[in-house]
Amino acid sequence: MADATMTTPDRASARSGAAPTSDLASRRRKRPLLSYSTRDQLTGYLFIAPQFLGIVLFVLVPLVLIFWYSFNEWNVLAGTFRFVGTENFEKLMGDPKLAPVLQATGVFSAGLVVFNLGLALFLAVLLNRRVRGITVFRTIFFSPVVVSLVAWTIVWSFLLQDNGGINGLLQLVGIDGPNWLREGPTAMASVIVVQVFKNVGLNMVLFLAALQGVPSEVQEAARMDGASDRALFWRITVPLISPTILLTSIITIVGSLQVFAQIAVLTQGGPGISTTVLVYYLYQQAFDFHHFGYGSTLAIVLFAIVLVLTIAQWQLRKRWVFYEN
Amino acid sequence: MRTDAIARNSGPDAAAAQAAAVIARPVLDVDDALRDQRAPRDQRAGQGRGRPSPWRKVVLYGLLSVLAIPFVFPTWWMITSSFKPISQIFAFPPELWPSNPTLDGYVGAFTAQPFALQYFNSMYIAIVVTVGTMLFASMAGYAFARIRFRGQGILFLVVLTGLLIPAEVTIVPLFQMFNSWGMIDTHWPLILVSTFGAPSVLATFIMRQYFITLPVELEEAARIDGLGRWRIYWSIALPLSRSALAAVAIFTFLHVWNLYLEPTVYLQTPELFTLPQALTRYTDAYGGEMWNVQLAAATLTALPVLIVFVFAQKQFVEGLAQTGLKG
Repeated sequence: MADATMTTPDRASARSGAAPTSDLASRRRKRPLLSYSTRDQLTGYLFIAPQFLGIVLFVLVPLVLIFWYSFNEWNVLAGTFRFVGTENFEKLMGDPKLAPVLQATGVFSAGLVVFNLGLALFLAVLLNRRVRGITVFRTIFFSPVVVSLVAWTIVWSFLLQDNGGINGLLQLVGIDGPNWLREGPTAMASVIVVQVFKNVGLNMVLFLAALQGVPSEVQEAARMDGASDRALFWRITVPLISPTILLTSIITIVGSLQVFAQIAVLTQGGPGISTTVLVYYLYQQAFDFHHFGYGSTLAIVLFAIVLVLTIAQWQLRKRWVFYEN
Repeated sequence: MRTDAIARNSGPDAAAAQAAAVIARPVLDVDDALRDQRAPRDQRAGQGRGRPSPWRKVVLYGLLSVLAIPFVFPTWWMITSSFKPISQIFAFPPELWPSNPTLDGYVGAFTAQPFALQYFNSMYIAIVVTVGTMLFASMAGYAFARIRFRGQGILFLVVLTGLLIPAEVTIVPLFQMFNSWGMIDTHWPLILVSTFGAPSVLATFIMRQYFITLPVELEEAARIDGLGRWRIYWSIALPLSRSALAAVAIFTFLHVWNLYLEPTVYLQTPELFTLPQALTRYTDAYGGEMWNVQLAAATLTALPVLIVFVFAQKQFVEGLAQTGLKG
């Protein structure tokens, strides 16, 4: 369509250009080397070339390579690289650490999603009012999102030391706090909480947006029918913002699978391997123990989980079309 | 609009369009939310509970203030503790305000490591990647939105795969690639992968979505006047897309500023470290943390961004809400 509008004036000027002798007209009459649409196509390829080649080189080629590497025993330190077939996958199945690692990953992701979404929705509901100064609180809840992740984690690590700020404050009220980062259950809980406070602001903003999209007629109608505040929230508001709940939960789960710096700074995967999530285990195997082949096998597991979650998200979204117009 | 029409025709393109919808919609919602915060519309929800009675207001403020503690206190604690002498850092009872303020921590930050150099490293890498991403992502986004070329849908889908694959999955082969090119312990892997690899896909995607919404008439007029594609993109489309470019700039800068896994994997020389990596290396001879020094360095890393955020909140929230969509 755009091409049609383009050729018409060209042709018109070519026709009327029989008489005039100006430079411009004669240049227009000459046929370009390539037709407009061909040139435009080439321009299109040139415009996307940097991004496209980058994706091929830095995403797709490495993605293929992890499958190739996973069929090889490759110790970078020893300099060995040999084809071993499915040995790495057999090692994976027999790895006594795999179950605890996957369990830690699952506990972390589940804890993060529940706590993050619950808090985000709660904050969004509180902030969804026309009260003076409410935006100050929105700024406060969002601010950790822009604080450097490692800086944020270091401060929490400092606060959570056995003799740190949190236990100090607890002691003021007569509570003897645990050594948060050195005991299994509290270490996992700490990592989750630190991550939630860091990022809950993002989901809060998304929920706030969703809440403000709920039509007030629906709420008023429900109120007229005598619905309580609680019923209104659970029966009207939550179903209407369910697409956002789904979206944020998938994003939060996928994000939780990529948590590395927090673990590295707070617990180094410990105590024992109680906070060693999949990404951290992958990093250890590849870059601490130099097993690139086995590291790649773990990368495939991570990739598979992310892929399944993403496909699940797309499938589920299809069912929610009703609420999305 | 044109690309969308194409996208609806075939299978993989439909998936691309769907992926587009997944990411695009909440972006608009966020814009909406921010607008409504300032000029609430009457027909919107929350109105029923919009004007609470005075005592309910007090309860609300009280509740919000208590909830704000874990969001504010760590930053407060970081800043105040960075001015405490090391002997006071674990003092009991905890000091909310340093009684003997000192700059020891800040001096230590610059003497224990080449912190100024590391600051410069982080800054220049983030700026180079941000400018590069703004340019290349907007070019690709423009082409995908406006120019029609063969295989467009499938090429777009290939680019979108970058959204699906976490950096952690490809870190081993990427390390090996850069190793074979002699680029380990240089900044090249950080710059190249961030500018052209997976992290830039979201930028391309957002730019495409934005260009699609721009009216096409201006460009057509320019084409009739004989302007080439590059000029149309550079002098017409790009200046019109400032808000999308701002969002891209903000989340790209912060993403690169915060990178941790990649520098840890690629860099070994302290002079080449970036800030997040440097922050974790402030240990004494026995491997114990030098907390006051570490907190001083953390303050210097976090505070500038926090200050900019306070003044450019709207742009930050809009820009970052879009990364939240990626995870």
